[in-house]
Amino acid sequence: MANVVIPIGPQHPALKEPVNFRVIADGEKIVRLELTLAYTHRGIEKAAEARDFIRVLPLLERVCGICSHSHATAFAKGIEEIMGVEIPPRAQYIRTIIAELERMHSHLLWLGVAGHEIGFNTLFMWTWRDREAVQDTLEEMSGNRVHYNMNEIGGVRCDLSPAQVQAALARLPLLEERIQKYVAMVEEEETMLLRFRGIGNMTRDEALAYGAVGPTARASGVDYDARRDDPYLAYADVPWNVVTDTHGDVYGRTCVRIGELQESAKIVRYCLEHLPEGEIRSPAPKAAPTGEIISRYEAPRGELVHFIRTNGTDKVERLDIRTPTLANWTSVAMCLAGQQLADIPVIVAAIDPCLSCTSRITVLDNNENTGGIITFDELRKRNRARWQEEERT
Amino acid sequence: MIDPVLLLIYVFVFPGFLFLFAYALTFEFLDRRIAARMQHRVGPPFFQPFADVVKMLGKEVIDPDGVNLRIFDAVPVVALAAVMTAFLYIPVVGASPLAFQGDIVLILYLLTLPTILLFVLGWLSRNIYSAVGGIRAITQMFIYEVPFFLVLLTTATAAGTWSISAIVVCQQNYWWYMFLQPIGFVVALICLQAKLERTPFDIPEAETEIIAGPWTELTGRRLALMHLARDVSLVCGCALVAALFLGGPMVPWAISPAWLGWIVGFVLFCAKTLAILLVLSAIRAATGRIRIDQLNRIGWKYITGAALVQVAIVLVVNFWWVRP
Repeated sequence: MANVVIPIGPQHPALKEPVNFRVIADGEKIVRLELTLAYTHRGIEKAAEARDFIRVLPLLERVCGICSHSHATAFAKGIEEIMGVEIPPRAQYIRTIIAELERMHSHLLWLGVAGHEIGFNTLFMWTWRDREAVQDTLEEMSGNRVHYNMNEIGGVRCDLSPAQVQAALARLPLLEERIQKYVAMVEEEETMLLRFRGIGNMTRDEALAYGAVGPTARASGVDYDARRDDPYLAYADVPWNVVTDTHGDVYGRTCVRIGELQESAKIVRYCLEHLPEGEIRSPAPKAAPTGEIISRYEAPRGELVHFIRTNGTDKVERLDIRTPTLANWTSVAMCLAGQQLADIPVIVAAIDPCLSCTSRITVLDNNENTGGIITFDELRKRNRARWQEEERT
Repeated sequence: MIDPVLLLIYVFVFPGFLFLFAYALTFEFLDRRIAARMQHRVGPPFFQPFADVVKMLGKEVIDPDGVNLRIFDAVPVVALAAVMTAFLYIPVVGASPLAFQGDIVLILYLLTLPTILLFVLGWLSRNIYSAVGGIRAITQMFIYEVPFFLVLLTTATAAGTWSISAIVVCQQNYWWYMFLQPIGFVVALICLQAKLERTPFDIPEAETEIIAGPWTELTGRRLALMHLARDVSLVCGCALVAALFLGGPMVPWAISPAWLGWIVGFVLFCAKTLAILLVLSAIRAATGRIRIDQLNRIGWKYITGAALVQVAIVLVVNFWWVRP
């Protein structure tokens, strides 16, 4: 069979968000892959420049529906550092608890999606049901299931009552038991082993060269975790381990995520049991002094970076968000070459892509060597021209 | 010669068209329900498959551009007709009145037709997902049909007859072939799962890879008929394995009056086909989908190997031990 072009997306059952792959395949084998990313550009970075810090936090939670706490915390952490505000220990612990619960629900969600991509819908249903226990805990603590809105500049929005702590602790044993079951399943379930082992291989050197982050990199033996190597919140006080793996394939990435589930449960338990007494908020000024900062945060998908520049007002001058998915995309394109057509969904899912968070637009004209700011109408005109050109070919 | 009125009733009412439709849709309901319970879901209500078919029959039929519509329309009808015809030769309450020497070959041929028609659909659809799905369907067919035919025909070899009804009668005198040919039974179940394109062998219609494979361009009544054809082949497959390996609807002793015998036979038929469905549904819910190259390796290396071992055993036993 000669090379055929198989379009996957922007609408496709394997994709939860819009992205377009043009897979050039020789029969069932992938020869090459072309990616088109930006279908859902929302201009959040620009919108953040128009709001004061208090109103930027809820906006940033909306960058992602899963790691909402990550974005808000990364931003709050950076602004607090510029302001020179130290947040009280109780607030740090509460932020850590929410962050790790978020990691747990994100990884459980991922495990289900990975199962679904290989047609193993039972795993999908099971993990998503267990994820509800985490969601319930989050809802009890913050009042919300998705956008917890726990952060404020200088601390957290609401305190945890002893009853809430007890309720959260009561849910943990069941979760730990279920996670243990998934560990056994990943190691023993034959079809999962067949589909995960030796798929999407990436060596340690490749992971470093392509700048992979998070579980994707750790599965290739890159021993790096921002929580340990650039400690923030309460991670320096809590006993926990960075999970790494040497398989370097989808199986390795699964093992790392399941290991992190166990570690997260441990961290949540420790933080709940050792929750310090005291204030949950320090007074913070309204405006921040002029400064620039890079705030690093280990989101469930990998290292999240917020670059913040302030100019002495109560608004940011520039906010640049580097999401972990953006860092991992290049490694996907590399992993896919030479694999089977059937492996595309699971290899793409293995980095746990979060596409809307990653969508950025940069205009570059290589022929005229120009770039810069363009208006919305101009953008639409260009898109239409490109679309018509694709229609013709 | 049998009464033509009775024959018409056999073909159109029971166990032919009417009963078959109801039973096939009930099977789909049970299949979905069992999988749902294994997944901690509630699952669909009883009438859901019936409602689905009625709904799909009433939906708009969308004709893809540049497709030969005459063949496109005919494919689902032919597929449904083929599997429904196959069912007429499978014993339901007693030996089938249409039975003849060699009907097992006819059934196997008729049950293969839907897969070939799926390939035709995929090829006709002028859609890349359908084309890839069609090629996968035909590749998969070549992998599972060989061991499937081998083990089913081994029962015929052991019984010394090429009529399903006679094979069933033969099991009345000895044990079920499930116990006499355990390897063949397991291979038959695995191949049946592959034939019906259910997880872990739903490779041709892998949702997350190629949308719906050959089914992608089917809409309205074409989709409804193809859906029915799949449900009916599920019943046919279960009934075939029940007849060849579980002794079908027969009991080893004579029951009088005759109508009581038919009722007992029918109950046995339902119980045995449902037992097989339970196994197939459990496999479907408990596994993920494997890849076509992995199926190729497993199929030729292990499944066909096991089938050949079963054939060899039966041939050796037949050679040394002549049936009375």
